[in-house]
Amino acid sequence: MKAKDRTLAELRARIAEVGPAEALALQARGAALVDVREADEIAQGSPPGALRLGRGFLELRIEDAVPDFDQALVVMCNGGTRSLFAADSLARMGYTTLYSMAGGFARWKAEGLPVERPSALGAADRERYARHLAIPEVGEAGQARLLAARVLLVGAGGLGCPAAVYLAAAGVGTLGIVDPDVVERSNLQRQILHAEAKVGLPKVRSARQALEALNPTVRVDSYEERLSSANVEAIFAGYDVVVDGSDNFPTRYLVNDACVKLGIPNVHGSVYRFDGQASVFWPGYAKRRGPCYRCLYPAPPPPEFAPSCMEAGVLGVLPGVIGLIEAVETIKLLLDIGDPLVGRLLCYDALRAEFTELALAPDPHCAYCAPGRTFPGYVDYERFCHAA
Amino acid sequence: MSVRIRIPTPLRGYTAGAAEVDLEAATVAEAIAQLAARHEGIAERLLDEAGRPRAFVNLYVGTHDVRTLAGLATPLADGDVVSIVPAVAGGTR
Repeated sequence: MKAKDRTLAELRARIAEVGPAEALALQARGAALVDVREADEIAQGSPPGALRLGRGFLELRIEDAVPDFDQALVVMCNGGTRSLFAADSLARMGYTTLYSMAGGFARWKAEGLPVERPSALGAADRERYARHLAIPEVGEAGQARLLAARVLLVGAGGLGCPAAVYLAAAGVGTLGIVDPDVVERSNLQRQILHAEAKVGLPKVRSARQALEALNPTVRVDSYEERLSSANVEAIFAGYDVVVDGSDNFPTRYLVNDACVKLGIPNVHGSVYRFDGQASVFWPGYAKRRGPCYRCLYPAPPPPEFAPSCMEAGVLGVLPGVIGLIEAVETIKLLLDIGDPLVGRLLCYDALRAEFTELALAPDPHCAYCAPGRTFPGYVDYERFCHAA
Repeated sequence: MSVRIRIPTPLRGYTAGAAEVDLEAATVAEAIAQLAARHEGIAERLLDEAGRPRAFVNLYVGTHDVRTLAGLATPLADGDVVSIVPAVAGGTR
């Protein structure tokens, strides 16, 4: 018998279990119903009047919520197991009358007992995100998802700046920004997070100041370094989506390879003069098999075929358009709504004012994303892109 | 077949700035050969020494990548649009 099961058997011998109907009756007679589930579970619904204290901070919060140690407590979770541990802990704190609700919220709901969807948002957030809350596809649950989400922007440049502004405004809870550069005056034609007074400052610091001024509830994590094979996994770990706004092929391939390996959707944008492209590279998307960047372009062009943006120039507004398409795709992915640009390349021709779409097929033999492949490892990206 | 080739901005230096070239061709390979005959230098940007599409350039007929059709042998119909889509790094730093 596992230690977990042995402990549970002991707890069941000590702590009275009641079914949901009896729990409701106890609550009506003055018992406190203590919901110890996580915030994302509670956001899906909870019994009316339950004290939603969470498991993590339960012992720290219970006394403020229930100062009378002789008041009966019915502890509940989703299935009736966590509540046994929680009730045991509360008994040791000195609460005298404890019950654990057998079957948890799952059974409560199955028995058709009343449920309310508690607000996960404070008053300030309700005001700030009112226009999101009004959209059924976002709503409270969606906004709570955005607030809990983590998005990494590779580059705080022409694409990263507009994307970051709207993601911060939308309430994406954590924004990471990777960029080793400092703000230059020639950036200001398009990189809207920066400003004349910030010339010479690291871009990550400039970006962070601007984003925190816009929405102080957003956490901005700065990585003032060049992305490399050595740091990419440490930086990418824990992010839900990566927004690629990089400006060079070595970084694009590195971002692709790390996203494929870690299973993170890679929201892609690129711009050239009056032309822009956006896509989502995410072989792991459940509803449709799309390609990775390497399926599309197995090798980069040699440098003489690939003028940089500095040489080629770009209409300042253009990365704004494409960066915002990247932001929209990011929010759709976070909320799991709509049809993402997986397997689709959206092309914008600003001079014609025309959007066209091309179908992107996965390469069944792709060394990086084909099913059943083991990750071939990171390469020397500078050499890979200059020897091509 | 009368078809149209869309020239991406980075390659318009070869076509005197033209964004589109109209020509007669029955396959994608033929269309590229016709294009190369009119605009010197552009074929080397699209095809390698062995005449295969380069790894950093994709060719589409309509919305479909020729790799998912019959490659350079993909037949063209009247009015087809062939798009050339090279890898572009920018981003703007």
